[in-house]
Amino acid sequence: MRRGEASPPLSSSRPGASAGAAFLATLKRDLLISLKRRNDILNPFMFFIIVVSLFPIGISPESAMLRQIAAGVVWIAVLLASMLSMDNLYRADYEDGSLEQLLLSSQPLYLLVFAKNIAHWLVSGLPVIVVSPLLAYMLALPAAGYPTLVASLLLGTPVVGLLGSIAVALTVGLGSRGLILAVITVPMSVPVLIFGTLAVQNALAGASPLGYLALLGAMLAAAVSLAPVATAAALRISLN
Amino acid sequence: MTARSRPAQPLLEVRALGCERGGRLLFRDLEFSLEAGQVLQVRGGNGSGKTTLLRIICGLNDGYTGELRWRGAAIAGRRDEFHAELLYLGHRVAVNRVLTPLENLRWSCRLRGRAGDGRIRSALAEMGLGGYEDSPCHALSAGQYQRVALAGLLLAKAGLWVLDEPFTTLDTGGVALLEQLVAEHAENGGAVLITTHHRLSLPGLRALTLGVSR
Repeated sequence: MRRGEASPPLSSSRPGASAGAAFLATLKRDLLISLKRRNDILNPFMFFIIVVSLFPIGISPESAMLRQIAAGVVWIAVLLASMLSMDNLYRADYEDGSLEQLLLSSQPLYLLVFAKNIAHWLVSGLPVIVVSPLLAYMLALPAAGYPTLVASLLLGTPVVGLLGSIAVALTVGLGSRGLILAVITVPMSVPVLIFGTLAVQNALAGASPLGYLALLGAMLAAAVSLAPVATAAALRISLN
Repeated sequence: MTARSRPAQPLLEVRALGCERGGRLLFRDLEFSLEAGQVLQVRGGNGSGKTTLLRIICGLNDGYTGELRWRGAAIAGRRDEFHAELLYLGHRVAVNRVLTPLENLRWSCRLRGRAGDGRIRSALAEMGLGGYEDSPCHALSAGQYQRVALAGLLLAKAGLWVLDEPFTTLDTGGVALLEQLVAEHAENGGAVLITTHHRLSLPGLRALTLGVSR
């Protein structure tokens, strides 16, 4: 055969794989897949815009009314949109066997899972946050609320994504999942919703929103350190 | 093949392995070992537990009794070490359909080490996929899709190959190529565990048949 450098596999030294390289490669791969499957990104994004824009039509176009519900509406729409995008977090990898290879990698699984979570947030969470001020403007949110709304979303959406990742990992082997994903994830996300909207309302009332934002930050820190480990364990169970 | 001095211990040892699935006994008291340079074909009818056996050995399935040992020590405590030397190719071959063969292999190589684009391209060319490096995998035929995964065998420096029905979609040329790869791997001191209904023509092939007791 043409391969000259086929060294005996057993005498070769251990492959020089590093956890960092595997992490970056997984992040890059997932971003690449998302870029090639634009519908997966676009659908939750469009859903978010549609839901929010229905409120002024359905409830009242009066700004006095809208400004009271603005933060809550944006936050609820973000939650629903993330439920929508969550479903395909591990499904394609489950179906084509890539998930098995992740499990069989000698790199720590939680790290690779975390890379996938970051990639997913970058394509599903970040675009929603970027347009959220525009939609808040449509809902007549006073200018004082904008920085807090964006900050609460920046801290809160990764928490929702990380929690959702556990639920997706637990259900990835099930044939028809239907609403089970939302049933698991929504209750866990309720604290995020509460603190997110309370932070904005505090800012509007002239009080400091920092306390609630700090709570969201604490939740994010906890989610970042614990959720990937839980997801990794859930994936091992699902593929068993 | 030259005569080689036997290693002190087999690479993989399976001791008193038993597995029950859905209340049905798939196998029990299964004992075998695999030494460097050996190819073991797992045979058995549909549903006899071939895939389950392979998944148990890889560590994807932990519903079993018995012991698995790698290089003389129980796998349970040193899974990462074992996985670094294992290459598993299942029914689902871990090739993403929207990515190109090159992008797929870049990722799988990064997971286990390093391989430059040049090596990946030459591995793809060797598998007969020259010119397809940059077309998305959903545009490939089933056989070509399988060949993308097989190119990974050329790139990974793994001591143990675990192949689950790798011949299914291959044409005669592909079958010959894969047989040659398996033979070469064994010659180089690797070990191969393979399930297939295909008649393998390899020197020194060992066979294990599941489900004979029923």
